[in-house]
Amino acid sequence: MLISLFGAFESGIIYAIMALGVYLTFRVLDFPDLTVDGSFVTGAAVASIAIISGIPPIIATLMAAVAGFFAGCVTGLLHTKGKINSLLSGILMMIALYSINLRIMGQPTLPLLNETTIFKQLESIWASTGINSFFNSILGSLGMDNTPATWSILIVMIIVTIAIKLLTDYYLKTEVGLALRATGDNQKMIRSFSANTDTLIIVGVGFSNALVAFSGALIAQHGGFADVGMGIGLIIIGLASVIIGEALFGTKTIARTTLAVIGGAIVYRIVVTLALQAEFLETGDMKLITALLVIAALVAPKAIRTRREKKRRLQKRTELSRYKVEEAS
Amino acid sequence: MLQLQDIAITFNEGTPDEKKALQSIKLELKKGDFVTIIGSNGAGKSTLMNVISGNLTPDVGEISINNKQVTHLPEYKRSAFIGRVFQDPMAGTAPSMTIEENLAMAYARNKKRKLRRGVTAKRKVLFREYLETLNLGLEDRLTAKVGLLSGGERQALSLLMATFTDPDILLLDEHTAALDPSRAELITQLTYDIVEKFDLTTLMVTHNMQQALDLGNRLFMMDKGQVIFDVEGQEKQALTIEKLLHEFQRIRGEQFESDKAVLG
Ligand SMILES: Nc1ncnc2c1ncn2[C@@H]1O[C@H](COP(=O)(O)OP(=O)(O)O)[C@@H](O)[C@H]1O
Ligand SMILES: [Mg+2]
Repeated sequence: MLISLFGAFESGIIYAIMALGVYLTFRVLDFPDLTVDGSFVTGAAVASIAIISGIPPIIATLMAAVAGFFAGCVTGLLHTKGKINSLLSGILMMIALYSINLRIMGQPTLPLLNETTIFKQLESIWASTGINSFFNSILGSLGMDNTPATWSILIVMIIVTIAIKLLTDYYLKTEVGLALRATGDNQKMIRSFSANTDTLIIVGVGFSNALVAFSGALIAQHGGFADVGMGIGLIIIGLASVIIGEALFGTKTIARTTLAVIGGAIVYRIVVTLALQAEFLETGDMKLITALLVIAALVAPKAIRTRREKKRRLQKRTELSRYKVEEAS
Repeated sequence: MLQLQDIAITFNEGTPDEKKALQSIKLELKKGDFVTIIGSNGAGKSTLMNVISGNLTPDVGEISINNKQVTHLPEYKRSAFIGRVFQDPMAGTAPSMTIEENLAMAYARNKKRKLRRGVTAKRKVLFREYLETLNLGLEDRLTAKVGLLSGGERQALSLLMATFTDPDILLLDEHTAALDPSRAELITQLTYDIVEKFDLTTLMVTHNMQQALDLGNRLFMMDKGQVIFDVEGQEKQALTIEKLLHEFQRIRGEQFESDKAVLG
């Protein structure tokens, strides 16, 4: 149980990078980008093929991000220059990428079990540090004997994801970043202040998909395989992370929101893991659980607010009637 | 300064909806000219603004600013030196961003946008100074989201954002029309002060004849896609609403479309 929660946290923090990408398009650019389902696999495919052909895992992972960037740029181009509706641009690109990913991989599934992945390299350095035994001895002293095999992935991925978050926060406050946000907020306005909104959208969607592909490359190395179908429905998982995170942790500032998105990604993984522990649920039910989660995160905050409002009004009314009764007597 | 040569634009050409929105417009503005523009609905006033700003490309004709051809310069490039305020108070600002962020975006209009912080301590001091000139207390709300401001406050901010980088040309399209009378009065006064202060070359469309007479050194009357009347200086100072209406009748041989425009 504890081990599976640990695993959920671990993959949650990797998926959080994808969720940050989804946040950039859906929230910042107000561009519902469905490219994600395809570009995630593109990232996994490019990294896997590169690793198999002997390229160092770090470079392979960065190549994946670049590939994702270009895929996103094409979606942006379809929308801005091709004047295709944003939703449709993403769907078209998602479909096109399915074939392209299959071409890159050459076969529907690429196993990485016998390859040197970024995490295996990390582990071999990590093993000599003794951090694992340190953390595990803490867990042991707390009375847990079933300890995780390694802490390296969790700790390093927290650092990497937080670094990406901080970079995103900074970027969104730069002159270019402000123009990017305004493009999602009021395009007419920012164009009247000499910003090329087309370029901003193209590059913005590009960056978003670079993060998504980066995350895909890491997930493939983490899981030990790339599969052409691994991106199906991913956009909903990204959205779930964003929406759950925002609902739970708030959106007061950008820094807060990006942190919330990361939190949302982790919470999502944990909830799904817990749900799958239930006897009557199967792995195939995961998509249904996801959909229900998103619906809950969308409906619950509003429902709670409405109830609170109702209660407040009721209280006012009873107060008023009591006052009137007193007045009459 | 600003030259328009034989500008014409027709919408939906060759269809039953064909509309000659501008017909061979020829005009020249000197630096510091403050032109007020009046005309009935559909006269082509907004279209003229859109052609100058680059939002619309004319079918024929040429536009130059400071002796530079800009006819085919895209809107976003032209807006480096053209400030605009729209009729809709929601149109000129980004609602989910803060006052200081909005100002920072406007501040960057005539510079290259870089990967450096948009809002710096130094700029904040500057923004505060500019906001103080509005006398709305906005200088104490730098980190408030613009969406929380009232229509009048947003329009005042839009006006400031459009002007404080000293653009070559300022375009105002009925920018007080959506406000209640007292707010409209405030924005009109601000417009006057700002244009005076920066000595801006300004084109201001207004549906309020009195305002058109009170402000500026020059006045255009537009009808059916043409500038039918163009007065400046002393001659403009001497104008009254009656004279304007009379003038319209003399030129067009018909009554001015709406009495609302007179009272408005
Ligand atoms: N984008 C457009 N497409 C079709 N017709 C337009 C367009 N923009 C304006 N028009 C028409 O051109 C004429 C002039 O419009 P406009 O310049 O907005 O007038 P106004 O003087 O009231 O601002 C109107 O008849 C309007 O319906
Ligand atoms: Mg108009």
